[in-house]
Amino acid sequence: MEEGVKVVGFWPSPYSQKVIWALKQKGVAYDYIEEDLSNKSQLLMKSNPVYKKIPVLLHGGKPIAESSVILEYIEETWPQNPLLPKEAYERASARFWIQFGAEKGPTFGSLFTSTAGEEQDKAAKDALEVLKILEEQGLGNNKFFGGDSINLVDLALGWLAHWFQCIEELVEIKLIEPTTLPRLHAWVENFNQVPVIHENLPDKKRLLAHMKSIREMSISAK
Amino acid sequence: MEEQKSEAVLIGTWRSPYCQRVELALKVKGIPYEFIEEDLSNKSELLLSYNPVHKKVPVLVHKGKPIAESLVILEYIDEQWGDSPKLLPEDPYERAKVRFWANFYDQKIMPATLPIIMSKGREQEKAIDDMNELLREFEDGMKRDFPGKFDFDDSQNLGFLDIVVATYAGNYKAFNEAVAVAMSPEKTPQFWSWVNALKEHPLIKETLPPHDKLVAKMREKFYGQTTNV
Repeated sequence: MEEGVKVVGFWPSPYSQKVIWALKQKGVAYDYIEEDLSNKSQLLMKSNPVYKKIPVLLHGGKPIAESSVILEYIEETWPQNPLLPKEAYERASARFWIQFGAEKGPTFGSLFTSTAGEEQDKAAKDALEVLKILEEQGLGNNKFFGGDSINLVDLALGWLAHWFQCIEELVEIKLIEPTTLPRLHAWVENFNQVPVIHENLPDKKRLLAHMKSIREMSISAK
Repeated sequence: MEEQKSEAVLIGTWRSPYCQRVELALKVKGIPYEFIEEDLSNKSELLLSYNPVHKKVPVLVHKGKPIAESLVILEYIDEQWGDSPKLLPEDPYERAKVRFWANFYDQKIMPATLPIIMSKGREQEKAIDDMNELLREFEDGMKRDFPGKFDFDDSQNLGFLDIVVATYAGNYKAFNEAVAVAMSPEKTPQFWSWVNALKEHPLIKETLPPHDKLVAKMREKFYGQTTNV
C-alpha cells in the first residue's frame, strides 16, 4: 500500500520539476504543495530545517531534502522504469555527471546575472566551456545522457532544455545552437519531446517574466 | 576471477582528505590496491587521461576504468564490493539521510575552512564562529537523524559519514597548529568527542597523515612557508 507522497515545490524551480519528472516517469502518485517562498510555510520549515528550501519530498510523513538526494531516494524506493543503470561503473559515471552539473550551477548563475561587457563575455565563455564538456564527454553520440532513454542525468540537466533558453533570451546570447553544439542542441529537442517532460514544464512566457524579475533584482543588488 | 576483480589503483596524494576517504573505503572492504602518488604541481599524463574533466585526485581505476569524485567513488566501492561490510545503510530513507549530511559536510563545512586560513584577527574570529555554527548544525543533525551516532567505539565498522568526517576533521590538531588557531571545541563537544573516538579506530589511525609532515605541508600550502622537517 502506497504511503502518501507529497512534493513541496515552487513552480518556476527546475529543482522541484526534476522531482516531479522522476515521480511521473515511475507512475508514482503524489500531492503537490506549492510553496510561497516569500512566506515560508511551517511544513517547509519543519521538513527542511537545515536549508529551508524546496524541493522537499515527504513519504509517509518522512522528509527528504536536496534534489540529488531525493532523486536517488525515488530511484531506490520505486525501482520500476529505472533511472540509473544497473551496472556499478555506469552508475558511478551517471553520478559523476549529476555532480558535475550541480557544481557548475554558479557558472550559469554568473551568466544569468551578467550585464553586457567584459563580465558577460567571460561568463558566456565559461558557460560555453561547460556545455562543450557536457556534449563531448557526457553525452557523446548518445541521444540522451541515459543512452536510448532518459535517466537521472537527463533529469538533473533538464533545466538546460527549458530554463536555459530563458537565460539566453534575457542576456541575448545564444549558446546552444545547432552549429556550435549540435549534439546538445539535438538533446534539448529530444528531451522536450519525452511525454513526461513535455507535459510537465512551466509555461515559457510566465517563466520568462519570473526570471526577468529575478535577474533585475540580482543586478540591482550588485 | 577474484584476483581480476581486485585490480584497484588509486591515484592520489598523501595529504588529500578526499583520497584518504577512498583509501579507508578500500581498507574497510579489505580490497587490495596500488597507490600512485601524484604530483599536483606537475600532473601526470595518467591523471589527465583518467580525469580529463576535473584533472583532480582521487581517481580510482578499477579494471582499467576510472572513477572520479570521492563520494561517487565511495558509492561505487560499496556497490561493486557489495558483500563485505556496507558503507551505506540498506534502507533508502537512511541512505538519503547519510547522503544529505555528506553533501552538507562537503558543500558547507569544508569550504568554510578557507576563510579561517586566509584571514586574521576579527575576520578570522568571525570565520571560526561561522564554522562553529555549521558544526553545531551538523552535530544537531547527527543527533536528530542518527541517534547513537556519537557512541562510536573503535571496534565498529566505519560507515560512509564516519569516513567523510574523520578524513577531514581528524586532522584538526595539525590544522590548529599550522593556522595557529583555537577552534573552541567546547561549542560542539559531541562532534569533537566523536572525531576523537574515530581517530582511535585502527584503520583511521594508519590512514591519516603523520602530524608533523602535515603541519609542514599545510604551512607551505596555505602560507608559502617552507620548513625543514
